[in-house]
Amino acid sequence: MSNGSYKWIGTRPNRPDGADKVTGRARFGADFNMPGQLIGKVLRSPHAHARIRSIDTSAAAALPGVKAVVTAQDFPDQPNVVVPTGEMQVNLRDVTRNVMAREKALYEGHAVAAVAATTEAVARQALALIKVDYEVLPHVIDVEAAMKDDAPVLHDHLITEGVKPAPDKASNIAKRMDNVKGDVEAGFRQAEVVIERRYATQPVHQGYIEPHATLASAAEDGQVQIWSTTQGHFQVRGFCSRLLGVEASQIRVTPSEIGGGFGGKTVVYLEPVAMRLSQKTGKPVKMVMSREEVFRASGPAPGGTVAVKIGARRDGRIVAAECTVALQAGAFPGSPLGPACWTSFACYDIDNIKVVGFDVVSNRPKVAAYRAPGAPISAWAVESTLDILAQELGMDPIDLRLKNAAKKGTKTSYGPTFDTIGFVETLEAVKSSAHYRSPVKPGMARGVAAGFWFNVGADSSAAAHVAEDGTVTVISGNPDIGGSRASLALMAAEELGVDYDKVRPVIADTSSIGFNFVTGGSRVTFATGLAVVNSVKDMIRELKVRAAKTWKVDPEAVVWENGHARPAGSNVGEFEPLSLADLAASAGRTGGPINGHAQLNAQGAGPGFGVHVVDLAVDRDTGIVTIDRYTAAQDVGTAIHPSYVEGQLQGGVVQGVGWALNEEYIYNAKGKLDNPGFLDYRMPVASDLPMIETILVEVPNPHHPYGVRGVGEVPIVPPLAAVGNAVARATGVRMTDLPMSPPRLSAALDAATPRMAAE
Amino acid sequence: MMNDVRYMAPSTLDEAAGALAAANGAGRILAGGTDLLVQMRAGVVSPGVIIDVKKIAEMTTIEAVGGGFRIGAAVSGAVVGEHAALRQAWPGVVEAINLIGSKQIQGRASAGGNLCNASPAADSVPALVAAAATVTIHGPKGRREVPVEKIHAGPGRTTLERGEIVVSFTLPPRAPGSADAYLRLIPRTEMDIAVVGCGVNLTVQGGTCTSARVGLGAVAPTVLLVEDAAQALIGSRLDDKALDAAAAACRAVCKPINDKRGTIAYRTKIAGVLLKRATAIALERAGRH
Amino acid sequence: MAKTHVSTTINGEPVEFLCDPTQSLLDVLRDNLGLTGSKEGCGSGDCGACSVTLDNRLVCSCLILAPEAEGHSIRTIEGMAQGDQLHPLQQKFVELAALQCGICTPGFLVASKALLDRNPDPTETEIRYWLAGNLCRCTGYDKIIRAVMEVAADMREAAR
Repeated sequence: MSNGSYKWIGTRPNRPDGADKVTGRARFGADFNMPGQLIGKVLRSPHAHARIRSIDTSAAAALPGVKAVVTAQDFPDQPNVVVPTGEMQVNLRDVTRNVMAREKALYEGHAVAAVAATTEAVARQALALIKVDYEVLPHVIDVEAAMKDDAPVLHDHLITEGVKPAPDKASNIAKRMDNVKGDVEAGFRQAEVVIERRYATQPVHQGYIEPHATLASAAEDGQVQIWSTTQGHFQVRGFCSRLLGVEASQIRVTPSEIGGGFGGKTVVYLEPVAMRLSQKTGKPVKMVMSREEVFRASGPAPGGTVAVKIGARRDGRIVAAECTVALQAGAFPGSPLGPACWTSFACYDIDNIKVVGFDVVSNRPKVAAYRAPGAPISAWAVESTLDILAQELGMDPIDLRLKNAAKKGTKTSYGPTFDTIGFVETLEAVKSSAHYRSPVKPGMARGVAAGFWFNVGADSSAAAHVAEDGTVTVISGNPDIGGSRASLALMAAEELGVDYDKVRPVIADTSSIGFNFVTGGSRVTFATGLAVVNSVKDMIRELKVRAAKTWKVDPEAVVWENGHARPAGSNVGEFEPLSLADLAASAGRTGGPINGHAQLNAQGAGPGFGVHVVDLAVDRDTGIVTIDRYTAAQDVGTAIHPSYVEGQLQGGVVQGVGWALNEEYIYNAKGKLDNPGFLDYRMPVASDLPMIETILVEVPNPHHPYGVRGVGEVPIVPPLAAVGNAVARATGVRMTDLPMSPPRLSAALDAATPRMAAE
Repeated sequence: MMNDVRYMAPSTLDEAAGALAAANGAGRILAGGTDLLVQMRAGVVSPGVIIDVKKIAEMTTIEAVGGGFRIGAAVSGAVVGEHAALRQAWPGVVEAINLIGSKQIQGRASAGGNLCNASPAADSVPALVAAAATVTIHGPKGRREVPVEKIHAGPGRTTLERGEIVVSFTLPPRAPGSADAYLRLIPRTEMDIAVVGCGVNLTVQGGTCTSARVGLGAVAPTVLLVEDAAQALIGSRLDDKALDAAAAACRAVCKPINDKRGTIAYRTKIAGVLLKRATAIALERAGRH
Repeated sequence: MAKTHVSTTINGEPVEFLCDPTQSLLDVLRDNLGLTGSKEGCGSGDCGACSVTLDNRLVCSCLILAPEAEGHSIRTIEGMAQGDQLHPLQQKFVELAALQCGICTPGFLVASKALLDRNPDPTETEIRYWLAGNLCRCTGYDKIIRAVMEVAADMREAAR
């Protein structure tokens, strides 16, 4: 489907880091070690909510082999300042408290102290010797409970933002957000059909297989080196710099290979602690979380409630849409409330929209980004409600969406007007797909849902270097979480007109390339790709200068084609084309090394739309859902390396299926997480799934030279409702609360069919 | 503290039982280790002596004896699953043992460990109970044979005495027209602990069920032998009425809990569903024998 | 704590090491022997990232005590390629993009090889169930399953 004029873009070469990653050679976070390193371990709160009266570390510090113990006293307090991180906003005052509890422990698993010792066994013994005097406080876990007037208040200073007049007392509601287009009341008056439902979702974890890990080495002169598994080593540098008062340029952060992140590795947990322990001991300190710590202490995606009301004419035209979203932020404010609200109706061209959102704190780990943060939650509600509407109107669910689809020129409820987008094309691709045209098998049902994500641009830097033999290195600064080295090298090879394997992509540390915002927001192939393309353009400009010098002509008289400098026309003179190798060989005589650089703040990230179809069966006796066939279609701009684009769709689908069917955080009455492991936090396994078919709809983004749109996040948005819609059509029972786990679905089926319960 | 942990791998049962008795409650038997290592890591147990029994021949072999089978308690699930004659005679027992964990877990985990871990949700146990398996126990006072259903005393607790080791399971000879089946319900297709497990063992002659045993897991503090369910099946032609009665008997004995894996109502309902489905599979298999 | 001396074979080479009696085989591979290709994703046998074979039997190295390796033969991801030749599974995983982040990849490769060594002609369902003990959060499993199916077909073809 790719533009036939490309030589490399749209092909599927082996990724540059492939051999390393299939041989065990690639070094991930926990694979870094230094001579003389200490092992750091964190003491975590056993209570969901407790005031910390005092911490006595003397016995731990006296244990042979223990080299340092730190508590919040070792970290300077921070101002009330909000800074962006990935797709989320964080407050530095809260970040330092999340890294190390200060006045209160706000969730089970909250770090309260840490030790560095010669061995892990000694470190564990030391943790047991730290005496924390807790005053246990009443706790609150769920979002609706936390919003009640009599709920235990987590933060005495927290006055709801976005409400006028400002409340006079603290509550757990950190923020109210209002988002209005048109006149929703007037819209509902035109409606012939109004559907109204309330939905709920549970928190889910990103579930990256690699736990957080870091190694920090602070030298006596104040310089610090950190190795970390992170989606953003520049963010690690920034946070460590701010939280510990060390100048950014003194800290050099090298990203390891990263074993999954999905947004969950855009924040810091261990790095400032390891750095502080290293500063105190003068030795390198390695810290690795256990899986249990990952579940208890790192940020999941929020759970939430969404109330939706949609009004339509009998012909399917939606005339008004309203929703109220309340999201759990965890222990500190800052759920992905904005994206949840803004994406809710973004797929549709609706004149009258009203969205209200609430950001609510409760005694759970502070949430972190997870693939299209917030969007799956509101899409679960909106896309389920649309399915009810389609059933009510007797309309095909694709036709209903086509009737209302956003297109170029549609003004969103949150402000921007869409440029070229591919939602209609994606819906049509599904409608004409083999899957959608096939009859639904007996005993099965089919569900459809759509999803939207903005995609992000932001800051990127890149450099391109020509080696003495004419091969090329392109350097950028985003950890490669799913094959981005390959897509960057493909674009560089295309731009330069050389073979893919003559271009080696490198991910540089924070001291070796300019700033790069996190690997997140589906931005790397778009924004960092743009920086790479621009750095190559800059290098080509220099290459033309060198050819011009060689030929003694004006640089304007030289063109760059197929990896060679050529005279712009016959009037320039008769010259043999000069290859990269030729120009590299003569570089010493024409001006020295040949490099290119680029830095930018990328604008015009093209939004993406996905449409998913699933066929499934429900075992009515057990409530078990079996997925038989799944197709994900998406407007992907240009698929630079189609295999990795398909992989993004397939991976997102399966995470969404897990969210729909079985994944959830289960808390006991004391506010402790009851399922902090992969046994009872049930992510999909290989035998749960069929192949995931993909349809790549290529509607190029006009704001990128190769038409790139981010693709990574959209695919997790539709599956929740696609599965729910199929379950509803299979059983006649509409599930509104996730997950649709067997006990829950079975109970709903029994409630709807009393005869079965009695059986 | 794990300061003085000792690891030993004796080659005789007497040596193992002696070390276990001498450890004064601080000894742990290591067979596959797939429960023990997880518990040690979680700090749930901190043994002083770890006694690896995998060098003891009697515990690591499968033998055909007297028309039945003797399965060493430390034989891994993978090895059990590769024993063609055992699979032929006791498909339910074999599939139950093979459902314990992933292929990786199967490479280590044993029926003996599954039994002695004493989880009411242990997959192998309902099938072994239905099979009327007996357990050979070796201890300081010698050997004894016990029906498998007598081993569990409650979650994490067994009736084994100090120094006693489960050596092997004995499965009786098969009468013509006999077969067994095991089904469990888990939310995913693999990698979960049973929400309910049900083993059914039948003999069918001329279309009539002449003997039956039913084992139920994860619905009470211990795995249950459900005699009322068996009685409902025996003498019937395994028609809907008999199956309904047996399912009702299964539901009636359930005393489950609400937990992260299921609710009381769900477990109780599923006990009946699995009884019917497992019986149907066993019946179909019996017809082939 | 007194150390235990263990003699074993790793990737065909005799290896001796000293370990704590409660150290896992995974910890010894990674920390004592520098074989960091086996990964710890959970430490409880639920993710398969630490998969190795012990006497050709697929196991989780996090659930084996290091002293249990005495006298046995261990194979890890580091022993899969022969000289400068990737194993066909390794090659196919790269070609088909059967990895994204790559953290689960060593475990999937070791497990897949153990399957094909035993069953050269597995069905898709058999592959899916065999690999159910290996969690991948990136790929949705699709390309992993396809890679194993293609390698099985290639190897059968080559054996004819």
